[in-house]
Amino acid sequence: MSGHRDEHKPVRPLPWARLLLLVPFVAMLWVSSYNAVEPMVAGIPFFYWYQLGWILLSAVIIAFVYAMER
Amino acid sequence: MLNWTAIIVFVLLFGFVTWLGFFAARWRKGDLDLLHEWGLGGRRFGTIVTWFLIGGDLYTAYTFIAVPALMFGAGAVGFFAVPYTIMVYPLLYIVFPRLWSVAHKHGYVTSADFVRGRFGNRWLALAVAFTGILATMPYIALQLVGIQVVIGAMGIETGGLAGDLPLIIAFVILAAFTYKSGLRAPAMIAVVKDVLIYITVFAAIIAVPIHLGGYGKVFSAIPPAKLLLATPPAGSYGSFSAYATLALGSAFALFLYPHSITGILSSSSSRVVRRNAAMLPAYSLMLGLLALVGFMAIAIGVQSMPEFAGGFKAYSNNFAVPALFLALFPSWFVGVAFAAIAIGALVPAAIMSIATANTFTRNIYREFIHPACTDAEESRMAKIVSLVIKAGALVFIFALPLQYALWLQLLGGVWISQTLPSVILGLYTRMLNGWALLIGWVCGFGLGTSLVVSNNFAPVYPLHIGATTFPCYIALIALVVNIVVSFVISLPLNAVASDRHKDVTAAEDYA
Repeated sequence: MSGHRDEHKPVRPLPWARLLLLVPFVAMLWVSSYNAVEPMVAGIPFFYWYQLGWILLSAVIIAFVYAMER
Repeated sequence: MLNWTAIIVFVLLFGFVTWLGFFAARWRKGDLDLLHEWGLGGRRFGTIVTWFLIGGDLYTAYTFIAVPALMFGAGAVGFFAVPYTIMVYPLLYIVFPRLWSVAHKHGYVTSADFVRGRFGNRWLALAVAFTGILATMPYIALQLVGIQVVIGAMGIETGGLAGDLPLIIAFVILAAFTYKSGLRAPAMIAVVKDVLIYITVFAAIIAVPIHLGGYGKVFSAIPPAKLLLATPPAGSYGSFSAYATLALGSAFALFLYPHSITGILSSSSSRVVRRNAAMLPAYSLMLGLLALVGFMAIAIGVQSMPEFAGGFKAYSNNFAVPALFLALFPSWFVGVAFAAIAIGALVPAAIMSIATANTFTRNIYREFIHPACTDAEESRMAKIVSLVIKAGALVFIFALPLQYALWLQLLGGVWISQTLPSVILGLYTRMLNGWALLIGWVCGFGLGTSLVVSNNFAPVYPLHIGATTFPCYIALIALVVNIVVSFVISLPLNAVASDRHKDVTAAEDYA
């Protein structure tokens, strides 16, 4: 098995932090909020850069929840 | 015309990963006569290896061909792969560390193992195992399509025995190293695959806009109908609900596939799974950028170039990405890019065949055919089944029209979603009765299949709710029915014939 110290310590779930994980769902399921060309960034329509941006944002949110629960 | 430079680079890279695949048997050596060693790499993979393994597993060669092809052909709707992969990782973070923990505690190798232990119902476990195998088979076949397209794009005539030979050779190699090394082989090859894929994608997203004069030029070349989703007509949610439900339903389905669960269970701790939920979106970013390569292919105008007419005729829109590379890059780099796609097919194909072999061996062979088998017999059976599954995929691609594989893969997504109540809800509650779950599964499976067929194999079905139309991904419709049936039937069954005493897991096993 792995040699890391805290590797098998059970995680204490933090419900308030986990609520943050719902935010990407709300943002992505609300399609009418982002089905638009403007505002463009560097020639890329809003529809595309907004969703690409959410990839990063959702990763940050998950990393934050992980850090809080460690 | 044969593209020799590309073929030589391609063959060299392919040869390298072949060597790596056999060498992998000696990496973190374990007793490969045990199923969890052969089929789960001994549950020893740390954060980084798991990242490569799951990334290599989920973001398949077929994805790299099909997502840009969908953007190329259908436009904005093809971008649903992005919200899909955004929603999948919060789910991974919350749900699947629980599965890892309980599987680690009880030695489960498959999701059906867990269902067997949790509900004590071998028939429900059989339904979950059967669904997993059925849903994965066409997926493996589609990986072959990815290899076929790039072989064809290098100028080798595919079709006829001589044309099929490269694909057969690739699959014999794949079968041999999977048989010998088990999950260690794709884990090691995944690293090479991802490095090549990242190089390829970054080359495309940097070089193509430079060639065209900026991203503005790429998007201004896209017809308005493809640039955004169509605004829904009055009284309908139109393409908006179609887009949202496709993304959500696909996110629910992804980690129910046996090959995803194999990736999760092979990691060394539930923390590794959590960490990966935050790290795997790096692949989604790559996928999103790659989707835009479909638009770049439109902007470059590959479809009207006479030299690609044959390729589009043979492989339709799946030829868009290979054509773009052929049009813009030197031959040696085309070889690198095509090797990335072909190796990108080997990794998931290997993991999928291992996962289905694990499932067949554990949940059908050991449970129903030969309960007294030894560990070595179990492991040997899995190795043989992995060969049979790959041979089946090969026959599938050669003998049947590609359209069948696409239809079956669509159905596969609908089918695998029907295991969600048993696997995911089962991780949280024992309120549901095993037999009720089985009846729910039958209803969801039957309804989903008949809706897909009656809808002419389109994934989105127009639900009429009062005067409003709500186009919805069929997997979600069937899942809702499945869950409602499971709960409604559980109530009386729990009262008169409770099966809760059959649960061999305890609450603390899930932490």
